[in-house]
Amino acid sequence: MGKELRLMKGNEAFAEAVIRDGADGYFGYPITPQSEVMEYLMVEKPYEKTGMVVLQAESEVAAINMLYGGAGCGKKVLTSSSSPGMSLMQEGISYLAGSELPCIIMDAMRGGPGLGTIQPGQADYFQVTKGGGHGDYRLIVLAPASVQEMYDFVEISFDLAFKYRNPVIVLTDGAIGQMMEKVYIGEQKVRLTEEEIKEKYPWATLGKTPDRERNIITSLDLDPYRHERHNIKLQKKYKEIEKNEVRYEEINCDDADYIIVAYGTSARISQKSMDIAREKGIKVGIFRPISLWPFPKKALRQLSERVKGILAVEMSAGQMVEDIRMHAVESTPVEHYGRMGGVIPTPNEIVDVIENTFVKS
Amino acid sequence: MAKVKGDIIVDIEKCKGCEVCIDACPTHTIAMSEQVNGKGYHFMQNVHDACTGCTNCAIVCPDGVITVYRIKV
Amino acid sequence: MSDTITKEQIFKPENIVYKKTDLMTDNVLSYCPGCGHGTAHRILMEVIDEMGLQSKTIGIAPVGCSVLAYEFMNVDMQQAAHGRAPALATAIKRLLPDKTVFSYQGDGDLAAIGTAETIHACNRGENFTVIFVNNGIYGMTGGQMAPTTLEGMKSSTSPYGRDPQSMGHPLKMTELVAQLPGTYYVTRQAVHTPAAVRKAKKAIRKAIELQQQKVGMTFVEVVSNCNSGWKMTPVDSNKWMVENMFPFYPLGDIKVDGKLVKEV
Repeated sequence: MGKELRLMKGNEAFAEAVIRDGADGYFGYPITPQSEVMEYLMVEKPYEKTGMVVLQAESEVAAINMLYGGAGCGKKVLTSSSSPGMSLMQEGISYLAGSELPCIIMDAMRGGPGLGTIQPGQADYFQVTKGGGHGDYRLIVLAPASVQEMYDFVEISFDLAFKYRNPVIVLTDGAIGQMMEKVYIGEQKVRLTEEEIKEKYPWATLGKTPDRERNIITSLDLDPYRHERHNIKLQKKYKEIEKNEVRYEEINCDDADYIIVAYGTSARISQKSMDIAREKGIKVGIFRPISLWPFPKKALRQLSERVKGILAVEMSAGQMVEDIRMHAVESTPVEHYGRMGGVIPTPNEIVDVIENTFVKS
Repeated sequence: MAKVKGDIIVDIEKCKGCEVCIDACPTHTIAMSEQVNGKGYHFMQNVHDACTGCTNCAIVCPDGVITVYRIKV
Repeated sequence: MSDTITKEQIFKPENIVYKKTDLMTDNVLSYCPGCGHGTAHRILMEVIDEMGLQSKTIGIAPVGCSVLAYEFMNVDMQQAAHGRAPALATAIKRLLPDKTVFSYQGDGDLAAIGTAETIHACNRGENFTVIFVNNGIYGMTGGQMAPTTLEGMKSSTSPYGRDPQSMGHPLKMTELVAQLPGTYYVTRQAVHTPAAVRKAKKAIRKAIELQQQKVGMTFVEVVSNCNSGWKMTPVDSNKWMVENMFPFYPLGDIKVDGKLVKEV
């Protein structure tokens, strides 16, 4: 953790982290509630400080394909958007995954479907964890729940993206993007030189030199058997990620009778619910998945064996709850409480649900 | 006056028999063969000796199957 | 005397006056017999070769007949989603300003699904080169109507001929982008005769040279045939192209040194 302390909005912390981590390029399109990311970058002029490119694209479709071009050259590139923009990017994300290109896509979720609302939501869970685009692919999905995590997850995400040559989604929402908290800022990293990129990422298209065959970045293979082998390779990689990259947080789970499973904004609100419930003598703990994919299924299953009930709290009609039901032991009831359309649940609402669903029954 | 003599080598198996080169030859040196290649295409060939090595056929060949030689005589 | 010259005397490496550039791979082109794509590929690679730019070049293949361009061009390449090649090229050139970057796109890719990316990359004055092969039809998917299909021209989705009343008018993308301040050199060429190929190659060379000077977008349209889609022999399709395509898509420079040289 860095030494410099600042008071920042989540979106600003994310943008600052991008500069500090030595990103090469940001390509974005304005959409509420995350436009501060590009605004912050344009004000900070990282192109003067580190040489980082910041470009406002003509659409989310163009932005995601700019990522493809940049990532194909081994560059650290990213974009940020919100739910309707994410829908537009799905084609490009599928291509990025198919071509095994590293990048970060930050999604500040808002209520949907359609144009929906500009208020926070968590209804993109299916889209990002199950594959919103075509084909069998997986995205690493990290869900920050604080401004500090908005900062810290940039470095982690770039590392994962390049380690596995895979897009990483930072799944957040308007509430975390807009709220202000203190943040520890890290040191400024130096961007990789072209020679360093060549060394580290021999697959990058930087110009064919006599010492190697030409590099090709493509997701196309018209030979079905060869293409199946490519798919098998992808699936192997995804298994590896599932094995190595599970992240979660447990709060007061050791003595808990009931567990709230929630991520991002919902997890923060649920902490207050946990405090209220405990004051009432109801032993509630929180299980917070940080990596939504890979989902922390083993840890959740183990926890589900020793509690009396699990409540999924999401700002959606119930998306993550499907994964919870799939992995929790059958004897433990799993319920869902969600608000939709941009409405954020209150801590007391959640406590009421726990009392009415589990404690009183 | 210096005269030139040209000749061509055709990668017969890569020729697709499109005949675009035939019209491009100013000396009518090339024509389509009666035979076909492994892909079943009639291929182009030299039929007489008038080639000047002008390279027109090779330049217009979409499949780049023609190599042109030329010497001064 | 010429009749005294033997084949052995003439077929010597030092006598080669034309051979396929090494920047074209030995893979058999996936194009139909007589298709202009092969020639367009080759002259582009000849220019890159002659300018010694192989190690600095990154190309973008589109979706369409030339989706496999990377199988044939011996340079580093990326394959873009349909219409998005200019977005890829934009990022590559911005991140690596000293590389030579080109997108190679057909008319379906560039003038329909990729219209926004094309216009905005041109308008921003991105310093890469677009090679735009226009054959007035969707070749890869089996000869459907393209935005560039001529009035009255038959295709599988305009089987009675394109009716502008219901199907819209053919789109002159090259004239359109020439009017944008970000384009520096805009030209329309063809590759159906040796003379046309020589001119087209000169135009591509000029575009790639200008790209080194970072003066803005360089845009080369190549009007081409699609004998399979047009349902003609290659030779007939070239004749048809001259008689029907060229009057609507006239050859020649449209914008030179950032100035329009033709009324558009």
